[in-house]
Amino acid sequence: MKKISAEVNGKKITKEVPDHTLLSVFLRDILNLTGTHVGCDTSQCGACVVHVDGKSIKSCTAFAADVNGSRITTIEGITKNGKMHPMQEAFKKLHGLQCGFCTPGMVMSAIDLLQNNKKPSDVEIREWLEGNICRCTGYQNIVAAVKEAASKM
Amino acid sequence: MASLVGSRVERKEDKKLLTGRGKYTADVNFVNQTFAYFVRSPHARAQIKKVDTTKAMKAPGVVSILTGADIANDKIGGLIAGWRIKSEDGSDMKVPAHPPLANDIVNYVGDHVAVVIADSLDEARNAAELVKVDYKILKAVVDTKSAMGSDQIYKDIPKNLCFDWLLGDRAKVKEAFEKADKIIKIDLINNRVIPNAMEPRAANADYNPSTEEITLYTTSQNPHLARIIISAFNGVAPENKLRVIAPDVGGGFGSKIYPYAEEVVCSWAAKKIERPVKWVADRTESFLSDCHGRDHVTHAELAVKNDGTFLGFKNETIANIGAYASVFGTVTPTYLFGPCATGVYKMPAAYTNVKAVFTNTAPVDAYRGAGRPEATYTIETLVEKAARELGMDPAEIRMKNFPTQFPFQQTLVHSVDSGDYVASLNKAMEVADYKGFEKRKRESANKGKLRGIGLCSYFEACGIAPSPVVMMLGCGIGLWESAEVRFNPTGNVTVFTGSHSHGQGHDTTFAQIAADQLGVPIENIEISHGDTDKGPFGYGTYGSRSLTVGGTAIVKACDKIIAKGKRVAAKMLEASVDDVEFSNGEFVVAKSNKKKTIGEIAFACYLPGTYGEVKSPLPEGEEPGLKETSFFDPANFSFPAGSHICEVEVDPDTGETKVVKYTAIDDFGTIINPLVVEGQVHGGIVQGIGQALYENCHYDETGQLVTASYMDYTMPRADNFPEFELGFTCTPATSNPLGTKGCGEAGAIASPPAVMNAVMNAIGTEISMPATAEKVWKACNQNKKKNSEAA
Repeated sequence: MKKISAEVNGKKITKEVPDHTLLSVFLRDILNLTGTHVGCDTSQCGACVVHVDGKSIKSCTAFAADVNGSRITTIEGITKNGKMHPMQEAFKKLHGLQCGFCTPGMVMSAIDLLQNNKKPSDVEIREWLEGNICRCTGYQNIVAAVKEAASKM
Repeated sequence: MASLVGSRVERKEDKKLLTGRGKYTADVNFVNQTFAYFVRSPHARAQIKKVDTTKAMKAPGVVSILTGADIANDKIGGLIAGWRIKSEDGSDMKVPAHPPLANDIVNYVGDHVAVVIADSLDEARNAAELVKVDYKILKAVVDTKSAMGSDQIYKDIPKNLCFDWLLGDRAKVKEAFEKADKIIKIDLINNRVIPNAMEPRAANADYNPSTEEITLYTTSQNPHLARIIISAFNGVAPENKLRVIAPDVGGGFGSKIYPYAEEVVCSWAAKKIERPVKWVADRTESFLSDCHGRDHVTHAELAVKNDGTFLGFKNETIANIGAYASVFGTVTPTYLFGPCATGVYKMPAAYTNVKAVFTNTAPVDAYRGAGRPEATYTIETLVEKAARELGMDPAEIRMKNFPTQFPFQQTLVHSVDSGDYVASLNKAMEVADYKGFEKRKRESANKGKLRGIGLCSYFEACGIAPSPVVMMLGCGIGLWESAEVRFNPTGNVTVFTGSHSHGQGHDTTFAQIAADQLGVPIENIEISHGDTDKGPFGYGTYGSRSLTVGGTAIVKACDKIIAKGKRVAAKMLEASVDDVEFSNGEFVVAKSNKKKTIGEIAFACYLPGTYGEVKSPLPEGEEPGLKETSFFDPANFSFPAGSHICEVEVDPDTGETKVVKYTAIDDFGTIINPLVVEGQVHGGIVQGIGQALYENCHYDETGQLVTASYMDYTMPRADNFPEFELGFTCTPATSNPLGTKGCGEAGAIASPPAVMNAVMNAIGTEISMPATAEKVWKACNQNKKKNSEAA
């Protein structure tokens, strides 16, 4: 067993979990933060993307033990005082989601892009999101939403 | 109040999905829940000699292990084929038994052998490794084309042939071909693809021993169908003791229309052990055991005159339906395929013959478009070839054969109520700058790239209903749709629909319709679906049917609400019913200009006390309450149509093909929410391009699925695509009052032929899907060789 102390969505938590607990399992099954989704088992689909110390990672490919002492933000943690993050607002405005399953990972990934590149081109957005698979939208409205968010952030 | 129909209303369902508050089946947990892990066959075809669970039963945390023998003992029925297809000789299709857990034989890699149920998932998974299954491995049948001549899989099914089906008139076709100036022939493979909804399938079944009711949460496009099948066919529980809930569902694309073995087993096991049983597929399980799509081998011929007029069409197809006949597995390659195979054209004579074969692969069922993409791919690549061989422009040959009078009696089945194929192709050519292609081709050539252009004009039959027709064609169920419109006493509204939304945006589109009909603000309307205990029975979402069939049921139920509202308003306003008009949420008597809002009427219906002088607002004999139900069964299918134009650039040195320009002009009839419709088109196009360029399900010769993860199966990704240009033409459907036709499948129907015609135009060689870099590079190299030999 491993003792994990971390700050998750602004709250300090301490939990003891089996050594092999994945971060995605830790978030979903231990902390009940089920907004983070698991769509594959090979680190390909990106539905599980969260931020660890501000950077996007695939939570299905990290152990909970690896993030001990870190600051973790999930999709539940970016809405402040009931107001959605500009990226969430842009996805809503431009229909950047359909079934919503890939959406949390897509949004968390896109926010990280804008942290490093304030005005990305279409090509840069598409290349950045290459690690997030969406089966519904055809990506076009996602790209538009990321550009829209960039103009608001 | 301004009309909401036709506006780009932002989706009501988005906030929960964007903030991580969606609730998918994997997010549902029960107290005292157990976890199921399935022992699956590692072999494509084998006899099960013995299943030994002794060691596994002793593993930590194990609660129960159930096998095919237990299924047989408890008389749990098998999974079903929902459509009965008859062969050309009049005989019934032949289908094997399909028990939810295999008893004596397994027939594909991933077939269900046993289920291990434990206190935790880890314990279930670990114990599953200790289940010892003694197999006698048999030679697997894998290849579609040679399946009829291979080892016989099932004792009672000679040649592995499920049916040999004919639609059309062979003699008339023969006559037409005799008159032809030229016969154009094509051999095609419609590659097998794997649906890959991003949410893996899951189930969580909870049994309540006091009420003896099972509640099954499942990833379903169609919870009512799941309930009736698990109840009436599998016999797990009577319908009134089985509640099926499909909460938020992460995409379906056909693969979640019907229940699978896992839902049956979890429901049955939960009742047996009196604890909840949860199962969530990992991605490899999804690859192995979700039903796959397409997988046709086709030879088609088109008889033409030298001026490009079509005289006749024949289509000989072998369709691989996998190891078992799935629910829509037999209708997909027949009635959803054959009638559309003559395309958008006047075709004096035609037939489609389909031989459906069993193989030791996962069952094949409906996948976005279901039969219509295969039909459209066949005719549209054939028409393109005809244009090439006749030296005609591909647009010109299409225009020449379009019908211009509607209703148009299509050759094989459908009476197409409306359309304007000329208008959509003209618009597509204009938006795509068809005339400017040669210039763009030269520019690409200057960069060392081969540029090609490809067209596709399609129509499809969707809005899947009408019950009398589909039942005549062998469907085991009706396909109408239901709606219940329930005013709450305080004046807001809940609309229950028997369809199900898993990305299509019903919460918004349906609310737009109800808001316009009732004059109630959209924020006061809630759409409820996905729970068999809440709304009336319905038939779920697939075949681009929800809006056209289910949306119309909402309109009809609203009509009944308004009719009752008029009677009540007349009493309250002391007027004759005929003098009460309803508009914008108000019942108005023009003569006296007295009015009541629909909210006031709803309140009065629920609290029929004294209103001023009026003792009771309810007319004599009128029941209290304001709630109406409607079941709508349209008189015809709906027929979306359109033209898509694709341009690709091929790098002859690497074989890499890039879609560089894509134009889609579609006629979906009336559009309720353009924002949602555009999203549906984008998604469909990408799935179709995925099939054309990237995706391919590959089994090796022993029946092992080689492409069973995202490392091996190429999913289309954001950087594979340009921005698509969309446009619409509109001829409203006449078979429903909304005038809608359906938009969910069009993109996936039109894009594969448009892309492949463009690739073939670029490289000048026929090539099969997917046009991977390797295949294209080889074709380019062969061309180079041929050219140098010629020189």
